[in-house]
Amino acid sequence: MKTLRFENARIVDPEDGTVRKGAIVVADGLIAAETAGDAHADEVIDCGGACLAPGIVDIGVKIGEPGERHKESFRSAAAAAAAGGVTTMVVRPDTTPPIDTPEMLEFVTRRAAVSPVRIRHMCALTKGREGREMAEIGFLLDAGAVAFTDGDRVVRDSRVLSRCMRYARGLGAMVVGHPQDPDLSAGAAATSGKFASLRGLPAVPAMAERMGLERDLALVEMTGVAYHADQITTAAALAPLARARDAGLDVTAGVSIHHLTLNEFDVGDYRTFFKVKPPLRAERDREAVVAALADGLIDIVSSMHTPQDEESKRLPFEEAASGAVGLETLLPAALRLVHAGHIDLPALFAALSTKPARRFGLPGGSLRPGAPADLVLFDPDAPFVLDRFALHSKSKNTPFDGARLQGKVLGTWVGGRRIFEPEREIAHA
Amino acid sequence: MTFGAQHLLGIEDLRPEEIVTVLDLAERYVALNRQAKKHADALAGMTQINMFFEASTRTQASFELAGKRLGADVMNMEVQASSIKKGETLIDTAMTLNAMHPDLLVVRHPHSGAARLLAEKVDCAVLNAGDGRHEHPTQALLDALTIRRAKGRLHRLTVAICGDIAHSRVARSNILLLGKMENRIRLVAPPTLLPAGAADLGVEICEDMRRGLEGADVVMMLRLQKERMDGAFIPSEREYFHRWGLDADKLAHARPDAIVMHPGPMNRGVEIDGEIADDINRSVIQDQVEMGVAVRMAVMDLLARNLRARRADRPREFTA
Repeated sequence: MKTLRFENARIVDPEDGTVRKGAIVVADGLIAAETAGDAHADEVIDCGGACLAPGIVDIGVKIGEPGERHKESFRSAAAAAAAGGVTTMVVRPDTTPPIDTPEMLEFVTRRAAVSPVRIRHMCALTKGREGREMAEIGFLLDAGAVAFTDGDRVVRDSRVLSRCMRYARGLGAMVVGHPQDPDLSAGAAATSGKFASLRGLPAVPAMAERMGLERDLALVEMTGVAYHADQITTAAALAPLARARDAGLDVTAGVSIHHLTLNEFDVGDYRTFFKVKPPLRAERDREAVVAALADGLIDIVSSMHTPQDEESKRLPFEEAASGAVGLETLLPAALRLVHAGHIDLPALFAALSTKPARRFGLPGGSLRPGAPADLVLFDPDAPFVLDRFALHSKSKNTPFDGARLQGKVLGTWVGGRRIFEPEREIAHA
Repeated sequence: MTFGAQHLLGIEDLRPEEIVTVLDLAERYVALNRQAKKHADALAGMTQINMFFEASTRTQASFELAGKRLGADVMNMEVQASSIKKGETLIDTAMTLNAMHPDLLVVRHPHSGAARLLAEKVDCAVLNAGDGRHEHPTQALLDALTIRRAKGRLHRLTVAICGDIAHSRVARSNILLLGKMENRIRLVAPPTLLPAGAADLGVEICEDMRRGLEGADVVMMLRLQKERMDGAFIPSEREYFHRWGLDADKLAHARPDAIVMHPGPMNRGVEIDGEIADDINRSVIQDQVEMGVAVRMAVMDLLARNLRARRADRPREFTA
């Protein structure tokens, strides 16, 4: 039995909401109970007072396999994840073609085996993500799908969505929605308001998110399905979310790190690396969403990692592709909220790790004995200036290029095996 | 004289004194253009490429004439949607042209921000001739010159901008310019044709046209951009003309000496009554066209001066 002991750490425990000095013992890839006087271990890691937390569980990562491997492969995404302290990626099915059959899921599962970071798959809710016919939810569940979503393509037909939800509920499958009114948001590249008007960009009113959410929540109430809203980014959507929660619906909500740390003005003079979906919001919306995260109304923070190559971004803003990479910048960007005093470290890791793991039924997100030793060691204060070309992702489309950030990952472990240390990466499996 | 810009991408980047510089120089070109010999040599030896990704007879002709009168070699490239569909991106097209060493690139493009994107990639001066719904700076400058000549000043005027403001780059550039020069601006349009956040632009909003024209010194009509209408913004043209079209009755609410402007091309009977458009006592629409050539000559002259100064600073790699 191989044992590993992390000493002299500031342990960030999201489950009891504390940061305490201490040690963590790992035996056979699992967190072990700390026994008194047990100083002996096969390997001892002196954490030097840095923070040790459960590894990040990142929901909604886009990987370009199949179809766009030049933008991101499982291998490159895993390297980026490891460097960012991410120990589990839940990947999106909006590939080309989409992951909508058990055969396709089996193929990507095999491809994902190269990754030292744990990978689980979400699958398409409807065939071809076309919003017309239900995908084989049962087969896909058996083959390992953790949730069902058409990604950022809204199922426009409410009858189709209600049937998908009803069927998913019968199998105990979770549906992940992209709350957005598809008509109001058609063709939009920015959020309606003074900024979008001055820039002359086609825009979607913030209210379109609430409209999409209200529709989905009504169907959740009707069908009883477990539902996760992938990104809640506006103040207007928070009230219906709170009402659904109070009514006891099985509803959770996420938000991307970009909507928590950036606003519409960051687009500046048409900087396409800031084009994301939904578009960046007004500052008052950002503040409301940060507050909702601190209150626990919003459960999950994720990177919504969306690799795009230079060619798809070097276009006029309206034509440029949406999305930003985020696996490596998720933690330092999220630490901005900690340094600004909006949220404490345990609450942040609850949103980055514990809650997503529980919601998606995954191991990890815990420091309790018996949990897998998926850990991230980081210095929350170490300052640096981000250079996008230093990222491990194949695509370099980060909005944080040149940004001053604080928080460096010093090590990442999956199942007790170290998969990242700065300047030197551990060989892949 | 002050004008420091490297490109003219929008009114947003200009300071009030730079606007005045352009207008003052344009006055000299107005005089030149009225002479029999219309030639100047401000752009002698320089190459100007007009790159129009969106068809425009009037603006392109105006830029072409302006360049030729200043002695530039002018080339027109009509890059319609079809050739973009062949796969060449905007940047590729620009890099190809850049390799031919143009000095001035005049760009019109259907997408907002396209001119700025080009300016980041090429060595020459870029002149925005209209990008999407964003800006059309030379139109605002020529409107400013027209107003200044008709009214004797370009400040403390009440200007009503009427019509399809939501889809209009002309309106955005004019709101910025007239605001910078400290005028009172009113936007007159049905709510569906007002951009979101219009009230935050430092303007008054009037949905009733008669109230909007009350006491106006300048009535600026906009074209109802039918080609941009991807939905039903108004019920019908006739209802639009009835409520928001400029006719003698509505114009009577403006000051008796108010001038009527239109960037053209006009939809007579939709946004403006034909008789008003042709009324030589009120309409300055033909003056706008004339000022257009002069203003474009002035802008290109100033950009060329800055370009020459910049190139003189730069050490040459080798001399032949």
